[in-house]
Amino acid sequence: MTGTRGPVPVPLETQGQNLTQDVLDLLDTKETLQSNEDFPAVPQRDIKAALDRLASRSMVEYKTLDKEQVNLTPESEGIVANGSHEFKVWKAVKEAGKIAIKELPSIVGKESASVGQGNAFKNKWIKKDGTDLVLVATEEPEDSMQKLLKGIQESQTVSDAKQLNDLKKKRLVTVTKVITYTVTKGPKYAKEMPVEHTDLTADLLASGAWETANFKPYNFAALGAQQDAGALHPLMKVRQEFRNIFFSQGFVEMPTGHFVDSGFWNFDALFVPQQHPARDMQDTFFVSDPPTADKPRADPDSERQMDQMEASSQRLFSTGDKREKKPRDFEKYWNDVKKVHEDGAFGSIGYRYKFKDEETLRLVLRTHTTAVSTWALHRLAEDPRPARYFSIDRVFRNETVDATHLAEFHQIEGVIADFGLTLGGLQRFLGDFFANMGLENLRFKPAYNPYTEPSMEIFGYHKGLKRWIEIGNSGMFRPEMLEPMGLPKDMRVYGFGLSLERPTMMKYGVSNIRELLGHKVDLSWIKEQPAVRFDKE
Amino acid sequence: MPTIAVDKAALFKELGRDYTTEEFDELCFEFGIELDEDTSQSTKPEDQAQPPQLKIEIPANRYDMLCFEGIALNLKVFLEKEKLPKWQVTPPKDGQLQELHIKPETAQVRELCSGVILRGIKFTQARYDSFIALQDKLHQNLARQRTLVSIGTHDLDTVKGPFTYEALKPEEIEFIPLNQTKKMNGKQLMEFYEKDKHLGRYLHIIRDSPLYPVIYDANRTVMSLPPIINGDHSKITLDTKNVFIEITATDKTKVEIVNHMLIAMFAGYAESIEAIKIISPHNNESRESPDLSPRKWKAEVDYLNNVTGLDLSPEEISKLLAKMGHDVSPSKTDKNILDVSVPITRADILHQADIMEDYSIAYGFNKLPRVYPNKTAAVSAPLPINKLADIVRLESASAGWTEVMPLILCSHEENFEWLNRVDDGKTAIKLANPKTAEYQLVRTSLLPGLLKTINSNKHHSVPMKIFEVSDVGFKDESKERKSRNERHFAAAIMGKTSGFEQVHGLLDRLMLMLRSKFMTREDGLKNAALEGYWIEEVEDKTFLPGHAASVKINLAGKNHTIGVFGILHPSVLHKFELPYPVSTVEFNLEVFL
Repeated sequence: MTGTRGPVPVPLETQGQNLTQDVLDLLDTKETLQSNEDFPAVPQRDIKAALDRLASRSMVEYKTLDKEQVNLTPESEGIVANGSHEFKVWKAVKEAGKIAIKELPSIVGKESASVGQGNAFKNKWIKKDGTDLVLVATEEPEDSMQKLLKGIQESQTVSDAKQLNDLKKKRLVTVTKVITYTVTKGPKYAKEMPVEHTDLTADLLASGAWETANFKPYNFAALGAQQDAGALHPLMKVRQEFRNIFFSQGFVEMPTGHFVDSGFWNFDALFVPQQHPARDMQDTFFVSDPPTADKPRADPDSERQMDQMEASSQRLFSTGDKREKKPRDFEKYWNDVKKVHEDGAFGSIGYRYKFKDEETLRLVLRTHTTAVSTWALHRLAEDPRPARYFSIDRVFRNETVDATHLAEFHQIEGVIADFGLTLGGLQRFLGDFFANMGLENLRFKPAYNPYTEPSMEIFGYHKGLKRWIEIGNSGMFRPEMLEPMGLPKDMRVYGFGLSLERPTMMKYGVSNIRELLGHKVDLSWIKEQPAVRFDKE
Repeated sequence: MPTIAVDKAALFKELGRDYTTEEFDELCFEFGIELDEDTSQSTKPEDQAQPPQLKIEIPANRYDMLCFEGIALNLKVFLEKEKLPKWQVTPPKDGQLQELHIKPETAQVRELCSGVILRGIKFTQARYDSFIALQDKLHQNLARQRTLVSIGTHDLDTVKGPFTYEALKPEEIEFIPLNQTKKMNGKQLMEFYEKDKHLGRYLHIIRDSPLYPVIYDANRTVMSLPPIINGDHSKITLDTKNVFIEITATDKTKVEIVNHMLIAMFAGYAESIEAIKIISPHNNESRESPDLSPRKWKAEVDYLNNVTGLDLSPEEISKLLAKMGHDVSPSKTDKNILDVSVPITRADILHQADIMEDYSIAYGFNKLPRVYPNKTAAVSAPLPINKLADIVRLESASAGWTEVMPLILCSHEENFEWLNRVDDGKTAIKLANPKTAEYQLVRTSLLPGLLKTINSNKHHSVPMKIFEVSDVGFKDESKERKSRNERHFAAAIMGKTSGFEQVHGLLDRLMLMLRSKFMTREDGLKNAALEGYWIEEVEDKTFLPGHAASVKINLAGKNHTIGVFGILHPSVLHKFELPYPVSTVEFNLEVFL
């Protein structure tokens, strides 16, 4: 029992018989025991348990002997007792002098009649005389079958394999496997089992009894005690690994603390046209209450958090020169976004459609955290400088739930802003990013995304699945998105993203997303998942 | 992304060679389309019953690849097997353009109409099918289910110009719709198609409008009732020689994009493209349509090279851009400028960034020089609330509790009624269009998720100890988005006994880790400057009376009530179908920032 500590008696009794003690007693009187001879009535399982108990303490040593034992069937036991079928027939004919063939079964039995008559003919003990049987051998013949079976009954073996098979076929014998043990004294043999301690206790230490105490051997083949452990969720463990990669590359985490965003931040500012399918009721959760957003304006909460996080880099990179800050003009931003959609601007011809202000003010559950990246980049335009931002947080899609889709999942997003960035540079960066997860030699496929140009789908070769799989999306944000913010034309911005769930499902071999996120996840599963080590997998 | 099925043999014939599935997949990958399936490798009987098809996924902005013709054309140009055609209009023999007169009333329902005539077209069954399928794809994608644009095609030889685009009362419009035998008016037509699987979903676009848009020929034959259906009279067949295409729309840009796509894809089968004269003085839309002249762009060589990280000459760049269908020549006056003619097929080109992307694709994304963009060192920082949340998460797990991650969205009942809480209408963010009742609102408490998690884990041994650190959402009029998130901590324990001391103990443990001292209520109230927390009994219908306490805290000279813990009321257990007593604790983490 778990938790039992201190000296406990070794359980010696099995069904009223102190078998362990019996073995010790018997060994005191004879050198070697044979389990089948000395304990013929004890089941093999019990004798083994007793011997193991003693052997684990080196009190005895034993060898196991497997052998086949030939046993007589009830039919052959009858033959041993009363003679073979043919002998019974001969005897009957001898006694009667003459027997009608028809009558034979009623005299010797049906079985003996059918088998015995033929064999008695073959042995030339009797013969046919018309419809009667009469004697040939007048002297009592030797019953060799009876003799053979008698011998088997004594030796319990048949040395001739062909003969054994023949007997088995005639159902005269059966073969069983018998395990017997040859037992001798072990190095620590004693006439009695000593008292044992299962554990080293404070009492044993205090009394000094530990020095002479006998300790029960530990079972090294069993698991240890169950830990009443808490556990972190596997998805959060993978999230931490991603955060560590971002931190190692100098990324600042973005303030993603609002599930609700406006059409402006979630779509318009990202140059997603108002007729884009993503803005359909089919794809996006719209908010009915509260009814509408305000036009974009300052957000002191997020601002404070960003200032706090950037304090260190501000201190480090400060040159003493006062940097010109160009305060954000939200009104101008909104107008420029509208213009770039409606009429085109900043070198773009735009989408050329009637931009609806009310669409920008509709509230939605954010469909991506890129809405927050947009906010962070607009903030960056006050003082354009190299910057790296990331976030890992929940996003929402109005999707029909199935094995790979939930209405909620986590988006991992990274943004790098700098002057003179190249497309190959993004590939190199992503190559390193994913190498941290063991995915190497990335390939990039041209793709379409309304707010990045070029857009690249990221493919990695999955060694387990042995094929190329899409592992994320990336690109350089469009000038139509960046220039209305007031970012300079030569500042370029990489964006890349992937879901947290997909790599986690791959790492943990989960095929249904509902077994990973949501209330249906099995608690035991959460507790049993190993730590995530991207560098080791 | 739309998926287009094309005949494999026919496509390879166009491309001038056979490809293995792997080779063709590779070609698609480099060009930026995706081979979804090669049905010659399928084991399904329906696939094996017909000639092998390639199912190709097309990026959502490449309207010029929504049919066999477009895929074949673009790949041929990409492989430098041919150049993109230069589409041009040809005047009719008599010099008289067909006219389309647009009446001002149409502005009330569907303002715009454009069109074109394809003369001497030769249809085969395959071409005809592709022509119909392309219209369908355009209707689904670019035209947003016909709301923005819809196409009608007519056998020009069955009707007579000039044509008129009008808006009339539904009862006044009478015709036999396509493939029908009975004449019906606009109103009857709406009833007739109400249950139609294909057309029923478009009826809403005009149904409630007092006037319906309609196109007539000179003999008052109804040609179409856009965006629903054409008339039977002018329908095209395999034998049609001259096709009149009318395109009605609410979006001025997209109507011409659709016109361009139909022309670019199918003019190859026709002898000539003929413009029509649109007369629409009331909205200044009188013009000859279509305008097939390429758009003239000036692209900067240094921009193209800088962003791609390449250093090619203007001539080399021009050659590469030709693979993407552009007609490019280096400017004669400025070495840094390329004069780019963007063909009518490339409506997706909005900025020179798009030309830059084409340059990178033509060069090969996977051949670009990959140079690490580390120009400046950066200093990383975690979001303060996430750092705080991680502390609480680690301490909770260390204390033997298991982290769970239920969903943010839940039903109204789970968030309110089942917890014996009342919706005051000022708290919860509600959704307008959830697909199921499971997602009616953004949770305002972590409890519903925890209790649902316990419910799904009834097979698990008790006591069950779980926690979550995550956001809830609230309405907040003071914010731009009229709402805000709040980071909460919550834990729940279910066992044979209530576990009240367990959640209380966990609360104490976390407060200790957050440097908040336990103190008496009296001390806390007496002196707000004395930092620490205390608990006091509270009446809360979620909990068993007398077994609920609120958590009070003095921080930075201010007193806050941050949360509540207690033994759940048996009626709550009943609603969430929990068999044993449950105690919970929940509090707001943001005050500790």
